[in-house]
Amino acid sequence: MSSMEGLDIRAPIGGLFSLLGLMLAGYGMVAGSRTTSDVAPVTNVNLWWGLVMLLFGIFMLVLSRRAMKRS
Amino acid sequence: MEGNPITHLATIDYAIMAVYFAAVLGVGFALKRVMRTSTDFFLAGKTLPAWVTGLAFISANLGAQEVIGMGASGAKYGIATSHFYWVGAIPAMLFVGLFMMPFYYGSRARSVPEYLKLRFDEKTRTLNAVSFAVMTIFSSGISMYAMGKLFNLLLGWSFNTSVLASAAIVLAYVTLGGLTSAIYNEVLQFFLIVFGFAPLVGLGLKAVGGWDGLTAKLNAASVANGLPQGAYTHAWQGMTHASTNPIGVEWFGLVMGLGFVLSFGYWCTDFLVVQRAMAADSMTAARRTPLIAAFPKMIFPFLVILPGMIALALTSGAGASGMIPAKMANGAPLVDAAGRTVLDFDLATPMMLVKLFPSGMLGLGLTALLASFMSGMAGNVTAFNTVWTYDIYQSHIKPGATDQHYLWMGRVATVGGILLSVAAAYVAGSFNNIMDLLQLVFAFVNAPLFATFALGMFWKRTTGHGAFWGLLSGTLGAALHHGLTLPVGATAGVKGGYFGLLHTYPSELAQTFWTAIVAWTTCFVVSIVVSLATQPRPETELTGLVYSLTPKPKDTDVPWLQRPASLALIVIVLIVGLNLVFR
Repeated sequence: MSSMEGLDIRAPIGGLFSLLGLMLAGYGMVAGSRTTSDVAPVTNVNLWWGLVMLLFGIFMLVLSRRAMKRS
Repeated sequence: MEGNPITHLATIDYAIMAVYFAAVLGVGFALKRVMRTSTDFFLAGKTLPAWVTGLAFISANLGAQEVIGMGASGAKYGIATSHFYWVGAIPAMLFVGLFMMPFYYGSRARSVPEYLKLRFDEKTRTLNAVSFAVMTIFSSGISMYAMGKLFNLLLGWSFNTSVLASAAIVLAYVTLGGLTSAIYNEVLQFFLIVFGFAPLVGLGLKAVGGWDGLTAKLNAASVANGLPQGAYTHAWQGMTHASTNPIGVEWFGLVMGLGFVLSFGYWCTDFLVVQRAMAADSMTAARRTPLIAAFPKMIFPFLVILPGMIALALTSGAGASGMIPAKMANGAPLVDAAGRTVLDFDLATPMMLVKLFPSGMLGLGLTALLASFMSGMAGNVTAFNTVWTYDIYQSHIKPGATDQHYLWMGRVATVGGILLSVAAAYVAGSFNNIMDLLQLVFAFVNAPLFATFALGMFWKRTTGHGAFWGLLSGTLGAALHHGLTLPVGATAGVKGGYFGLLHTYPSELAQTFWTAIVAWTTCFVVSIVVSLATQPRPETELTGLVYSLTPKPKDTDVPWLQRPASLALIVIVLIVGLNLVFR
């Protein structure tokens, strides 16, 4: 066993993506649907993609929690 | 270098960037306290699980060349660009995992050049170490240059600011945490790139009217460019003849040049990627590293090539309002011999980001782009400091020093490597063809190297003299072929033809593939001839270094589904399927 196992990379990944997801979804709720040019479809991509990232972040945090409990 | 920026960032975009860089530096600081020995710093203590090294394995290669370059190729060559993955990278990754990793991981070598020393001799190792060190500096400098130029163009940041800021961040996390920090950040970057680019493909497909809309628009584009319908959306259909596909190569040159020589040469011998697998916590994990990496790598064409194809569909027939801007020369759009506007393909993916993403997602997309440039730099710099410290400094300049001294040297080499990369970035700015030049260096250096490794690992009779002279003459063979041929429409110079002109290829890629084939064949033949004429090493010295003299690795300690051979079988089935679907 090595000291290197002190950091489970899933914890920072989970934290980072949860935070980024919250920021994007929050911004999407405030700013609403946007389009940026004549070719871009009108969607609230910030809101729904922010939520996807938040889910992924929480999933990673859960995985790292379970690994910590086991050891 | 000040310009008129194409877009402006909102506060939310800057906030996303700031959060990401705080996380990157945080990982570096968290790892600082566990870096005690040079093994921790250079080989990540050999303690990482296979999924971490697997994601780092592909992420180390995800620099500017990959993200910007594959989008550019998607716009230029269409779905045929996927051959870089489905014919090139994936089979090579299976081979390195199944057959070569036992020697890298099991031979006590700390680097790829060091394996060459154990198997052959000091001169072969030094030749490889020096050419590899030069290559890493150039690759990392080109990532930096691409980034500085892009952010100058998109956002109006000065070239100096973006280059120096990114250099400072990479310097901080690599000196703090060494290879572990680089690998952990590569895993972060991997997910960031996936999350930053996936919605781009979604929005882009929506904008062109789905896959059917894309096919219809690209059919029109291929006819306009003098190619048969479907040339941009079918990977194999036009491969019987060089004139019926956008790459301008026939199936033999493709499979042999790209698939066999260039891709095996890169993925099987380039220490930049092999180093990630060598950091794994066990032999099985090391062998599974490239196999696990093969799964996400298989779907990467959809993430990085598709945006380029969509950009082409949104450009073709749209005139000046198209997605991809024209290439400019002396203030006017460049026009080719047939009167068609020459497009600046390198801007395909960046323009898609800017035109399809609103504030918020734009910040995420640009952060993903920045992250890819930084992983391109960090991967090269960590490989550089290992090869410099072990293969050049320890073996030629100061042998027999303490572990602490080499750890210190590794940190100094990181600083030196980054300074040299900055210099290389500015040198790159004075050439207009540096990307082509780098591709060429791969054909010169990596292609013959694969012949050396294939012979060294699988033919016990290969000698040190054979390897050394084979390698050298392979590189000379590449130069000779390159110097006697030209891609169509080019003039003699960095594109070839400097010894005269024997043959003209329909594209740069076709020429590069054949240069690689010549380099590999020359090295293969010369190594065999010289080996047969020189004294072989006794077989007892070659145990663990040559296939036939090494006990086969047993994988019975892991469940059936996690064994390297079963993983490889699943990958092969999937890859054949993908090639059939997009034939």
